[in-house]
Amino acid sequence: MNFDPQAPLLQVNDMHVEFRTRDGVARAVNGVNLILRPGETLAVLGESGCGKSVTAQAIMGILDSPPAHVTKGEVLYRGVDLLRLPEDERRSIRANRIAMIFQDALSALNPVYSVGFQIGELFRTHRGASRQEAKRRAVELLDQVRIPAAKSRVDDYPHQFSGGMRQRVMIAMALALDPDVLIADEPTTALDVTVQAQIMGLLAELQRERTMGLMLITHDMGVVADVADTIAVMYAGRVVEYAPVYDIYARPAHPYTKALLESIPRLDFKGRGLNVIGGLPPALTDIPRGCPFHPRCAYARDVCRQDPPPPAYQIASQRIASCHFIREVLGV
Amino acid sequence: MFRYIVRRLLQMVLTFFGATFLVYALMFANQDDPYQALVGERPLSEAQRAALDAKYHFDDPFLTQYWHYVKGLLTGDFGISLTNRSINDMLAEAWPVTIKLALLAVLISAAIAVSAGVFAGIRRGGIFDHATLAVALVMLALPLVALAPLAQVIFGVKLGWFPVTVTRDAGLYDLLLPALLLGTVVFATELRVTRSSVADNMRADYVRTAKAKGLATKRVIGVHVLRNSLIPVITLIGVDIGALMSGAIIVEGVFNIPGVGYQLFKGIRLEDGPLVVSFVSVLVIVFLVINLIVDLLYAALDPRIRYE
Repeated sequence: MNFDPQAPLLQVNDMHVEFRTRDGVARAVNGVNLILRPGETLAVLGESGCGKSVTAQAIMGILDSPPAHVTKGEVLYRGVDLLRLPEDERRSIRANRIAMIFQDALSALNPVYSVGFQIGELFRTHRGASRQEAKRRAVELLDQVRIPAAKSRVDDYPHQFSGGMRQRVMIAMALALDPDVLIADEPTTALDVTVQAQIMGLLAELQRERTMGLMLITHDMGVVADVADTIAVMYAGRVVEYAPVYDIYARPAHPYTKALLESIPRLDFKGRGLNVIGGLPPALTDIPRGCPFHPRCAYARDVCRQDPPPPAYQIASQRIASCHFIREVLGV
Repeated sequence: MFRYIVRRLLQMVLTFFGATFLVYALMFANQDDPYQALVGERPLSEAQRAALDAKYHFDDPFLTQYWHYVKGLLTGDFGISLTNRSINDMLAEAWPVTIKLALLAVLISAAIAVSAGVFAGIRRGGIFDHATLAVALVMLALPLVALAPLAQVIFGVKLGWFPVTVTRDAGLYDLLLPALLLGTVVFATELRVTRSSVADNMRADYVRTAKAKGLATKRVIGVHVLRNSLIPVITLIGVDIGALMSGAIIVEGVFNIPGVGYQLFKGIRLEDGPLVVSFVSVLVIVFLVINLIVDLLYAALDPRIRYE
């Protein structure tokens, strides 16, 4: 594989993913564009079912097909389109170059193997390490993710760890082969708040040490504000706004982003009702014509209800939003 | 673990006596006139009856009879059958045949059912999955009472591939057809349990993780999916061994195999109380021991299960 060191670390171009089921075709991802640079943290933000996890799994190439089909687009890692690679070459990218951690570490770890086995397995299958060597490396990794008494815990099983410790095990596993891209799919959602902060801190620290690109998938605006450099807001399988974190918090350009920000509970608004976005996200089997957000949008007019959906307008060098009324939303 | 085993063994003693007592009571209540059943149409003199009473204690009250029986059990002496044979000898003759038959049945049916189930589960909804479902349904619908004589006529009598009857010192090949037939009793459930267990595990989160780790499909299935899917299957097979031991009655009857089922069936017809109770007692022990082994195996396979 000829990787181009000058090319962006990870770039997703116009990716489309659909699920062909008996009940019809669910269009989960409809033309997503993303770019991730070394050392950057890109947060992909959106409600459940907006296609953020599917995007991540399509990048990894671990969607079950059938029913999932990547119908269009490119996933470029250092200039090489992963979607065109034969399966065994694609497999060698996973964990080696691009690794992923999942939401619920209890179900994401295999219950019947020790954590040492599950981490060591990476060294044994990808690096041809011996059992002892693999175990030694597993202890090192558990130590790096600050699991106390790593040496004595390496033979323990996932159920013997607490939620936070299990997520650390997941992180150790993902970082085992020194990938340069880490995709974290809601890594802290299943944890309580204090543990969430610890895990995010650990991730940020490990990322800095390794100048890794981190793609953080989340629906938690609070988590995003602390760690992200760039934010991609997704809605109905599209990136509706793409911007540096400060810009997006200061002046959102898309009505959906704006509504999301307004729905964050704030201490100085104590006693007042919480703003919510009315309605539900659209069913992926039946995405509305035009802008998919128009049924829930305060700015919606006739043009929003008609195809084609609003294109991605470039607002600034690093800012993109797809809305017909960006100026109005920005308040310029 | 050790304490758990000790506790289970103590529980087994209680279960054993409870079960034998029940069987003994049922046999006792069912007895009409066992001596007459034994001699058939011929008249039986009072003197003969008295002699038999002295030997079998049938004139004693129920609890005394049971006491005699338990005393025998504890000294390892099962007594004598109404046909005047040592029950110890009969057990020693019958068990090896039945064990051979049941193990053969379990091994063959489990090997086929589990491998077919794994393939069906991996490609759920595929042609192979539907085909095995059809086979399983047919097997469930055909009772052994119909299937065994039919197979005996076709493969034994007409085609001559297998012996029609099986003697006491039969080789493995002679037992093959009866074992296959016996295996059909458990084949369908083992196949379907394996299939759904594999299918469920294929969709599990840890399988997604294994794929994300860049493992080959062979390893994802062979190492990650199989270990998890086979835990319920292995316990099922263990329980099936017990079921087959006792379920051998029909097959042993059809093929005249002088095993446990055959003797038990004969004993029930002849109202041979001592024989029936002894054979059932041993079956109870076998069943209890197999259950204990299955439970221990379960803990060995699944680290989440620990016995205190």
